Amino acid sequence: MPAKPQTPPPPEVGSLVLLCLAAWAIPGVGHIWQKRRTKGLIFLVALPLMFAIGLAIHGRLFPFDFSDPFVCMIAGAEFGGGLPYLIGNALGLGAGQVRAVTYEYGNTFLMTAGLLNLLVVIDAYDIAVGRK
Amino acid sequence: MMQSHLLLLVTFAFFVSLVFALLTKDDAREQLRFGGMMFGGFLAAAIILGWLMLPFPF
Repeated sequence: MPAKPQTPPPPEVGSLVLLCLAAWAIPGVGHIWQKRRTKGLIFLVALPLMFAIGLAIHGRLFPFDFSDPFVCMIAGAEFGGGLPYLIGNALGLGAGQVRAVTYEYGNTFLMTAGLLNLLVVIDAYDIAVGRK
Repeated sequence: MMQSHLLLLVTFAFFVSLVFALLTKDDAREQLRFGGMMFGGFLAAAIILGWLMLPFPF
């Protein structure tokens, strides 16, 4: 009788949480951690670069203002960017210039970079639990 | 700094297509095909919608 193929044991919750936190903080690290180096390196370059472009063209890093749901949602999307968001805030970047012609583009770059990073985190999680 | 709307559009489309191609496909050939189609779709949609909106008075 042929032996049944062995499925790898599911990873521990602690290591999954650590993986997701690392993948969120530094875009692409979740993939590099799981030996998908090419994808991880591309994410590591592309997402912070997209975030940096957003800041450079006068996008704004919005605060978590719970009195304004839309501002809060934008802040949540940008927060998805991980360390670039925290570093940008700490350095006082991302004040945003409403009168700049590229202001809305900058916001779009910042929000999209954050949301894409969240998708990358979910992808890293899926790989870790064996769904991909 | 970049102020060209078209250049910003192309840059944005490139990054989004790149990430989605890598997330959704595993084979390099498929990634290139999917990413290229998505990138082209972004540009075509923007140009066509821009043309359609041209007569709007606001």
